[in-house]
Amino acid sequence: MRLRWGEVNKMDKQRTTSCITAERIKQYLAEGKRFDDRKLDQFRNLIIEKNVSNKAEGSVRVRLGKTEVLVGVKMATSEPYADSPTKGNLMVTAELLPLSAARFESGPPKFEAIELGRVTDRGLRESGFIDFDKLCIEPGKKVWTVFVDVYSINDDGNMMDAATIGAIAALKIAKIPKYDAENDKVLFDELTDVSLPLTDIVPVAVSVHKIGNSLIVDPTREEEDISESRITIGSSKGMISSLQKSNSTALEMDEMKKVFEIAAKVSEDVLDSIEKALK
Amino acid sequence: MTEKEFKRPDGRKLTEMRPVSAKVGVVPNAQGSAMFTSGKTIAIAAVYGPKKMHPQHQQNPATGQLRCEYNMMSFSVSDRIRPGRNRRSMEISEITKWALEPALMLEQYPNQVVDVHVNIIQADAGTRCAGINAAALALAHAGIPMKDMVSSISIGKLDKTLVVDLTKEEEDFEEGEGPTDIPVSMTHDGKVTHMQLDGKINVKQLQESIDMAKVACDEVYEVQKKALKDAIKMGGSE
Repeated sequence: MRLRWGEVNKMDKQRTTSCITAERIKQYLAEGKRFDDRKLDQFRNLIIEKNVSNKAEGSVRVRLGKTEVLVGVKMATSEPYADSPTKGNLMVTAELLPLSAARFESGPPKFEAIELGRVTDRGLRESGFIDFDKLCIEPGKKVWTVFVDVYSINDDGNMMDAATIGAIAALKIAKIPKYDAENDKVLFDELTDVSLPLTDIVPVAVSVHKIGNSLIVDPTREEEDISESRITIGSSKGMISSLQKSNSTALEMDEMKKVFEIAAKVSEDVLDSIEKALK
Repeated sequence: MTEKEFKRPDGRKLTEMRPVSAKVGVVPNAQGSAMFTSGKTIAIAAVYGPKKMHPQHQQNPATGQLRCEYNMMSFSVSDRIRPGRNRRSMEISEITKWALEPALMLEQYPNQVVDVHVNIIQADAGTRCAGINAAALALAHAGIPMKDMVSSISIGKLDKTLVVDLTKEEEDFEEGEGPTDIPVSMTHDGKVTHMQLDGKINVKQLQESIDMAKVACDEVYEVQKKALKDAIKMGGSE
């Protein structure tokens, strides 16, 4: 994919939240309140619908309040990378579809979508959630590549965490297709009942947003519009495996330290709701 | 942190950075420019502007804007990388902007843009940090009004030990808990403007790493400051 210099800078986000609303949100947050009655460190209701697309090896529809994403897992065989001859591969991409919000336009992926894909990828990859060694078919020759593709359906904020939740859920329910070694063909219509080699380190991503002096999680579109900085942290049981601070806002060292604590704590709540939703 | 018998491949102490050097004025055509070297990693940065923002529809009448471009030269790594932009370089370009912008006073330049071009000539890990250090220097060298300097360093965790400034060899470390890479950028007064993380670390150690980053960034700051002073011929004293 070739991208022209300057592409990024067109990303200047369109904000749909008026100043009056923004002021009111800040007033509320200062008193520890939110429009929808949630606590500052509380996620919206999570609903996961399984197997929404039958050609995928695993797929889910995730709803976080009014935010909605579809995540599908596809697999393919390929040559391993030279530096990891016995490991399978992971590819995560994200698309912010024009159908999911007025502010998204068609065309090559803009920065927001690229960041979404890359941060989601990093969380999954670094945590050890997927046992890549078990995705090797023939060392140095053939390995499985797992594709995780995220599509936005409705953007009401916090696409970032919804994408990771979706990826985790889709990977959990995915089944490996049959592989015909003789003809080097994947028989996609014949799914085995073998699940992907996953570990119990589930890298739930929690984005903490700084608005004024408040730190909140799972922002709605209105809240995310006025967020000064987003710190997305992927963690499992207090172990942090990925982090990305976004936007041009400086945070005090102590503020950052508090962010780590909030993210680690909230990620356990979110993991609980994922497990409940998948039942 | 326990100073156990952890040996780094190149024999550095845990909190020891690679030898760094900085120089400004390496691109005479640019408004400001700098080279920042950290061990075998070499970054150069050049600043053009403030100038009128083009295309015009991107102009912002309220403030000037910062545009950053990070690029790795195709020969800067062992396996040649295809020239041009890719997803990684686009992300780092944006990260660089986020790291620097809080220190700049661009409100004085409505409708204008400051372009920062960062190029990695030679890579041995820590290229985004070296790039940010070079870019911050180049901005100061260009005389863009700044509230503070920005310095950047990567903190690493090898197995269970926190160390400063990972090399490529250390990034590929595979024992125990493996490597964790935590690039951090800070203003000199101790605000975090950029932070990322790849790996595995607990909350407490991550908090510690911020304090380590501050100490290391202070060292980088001194090098940056010296480079700027060296570029000015002080009259009278000689």
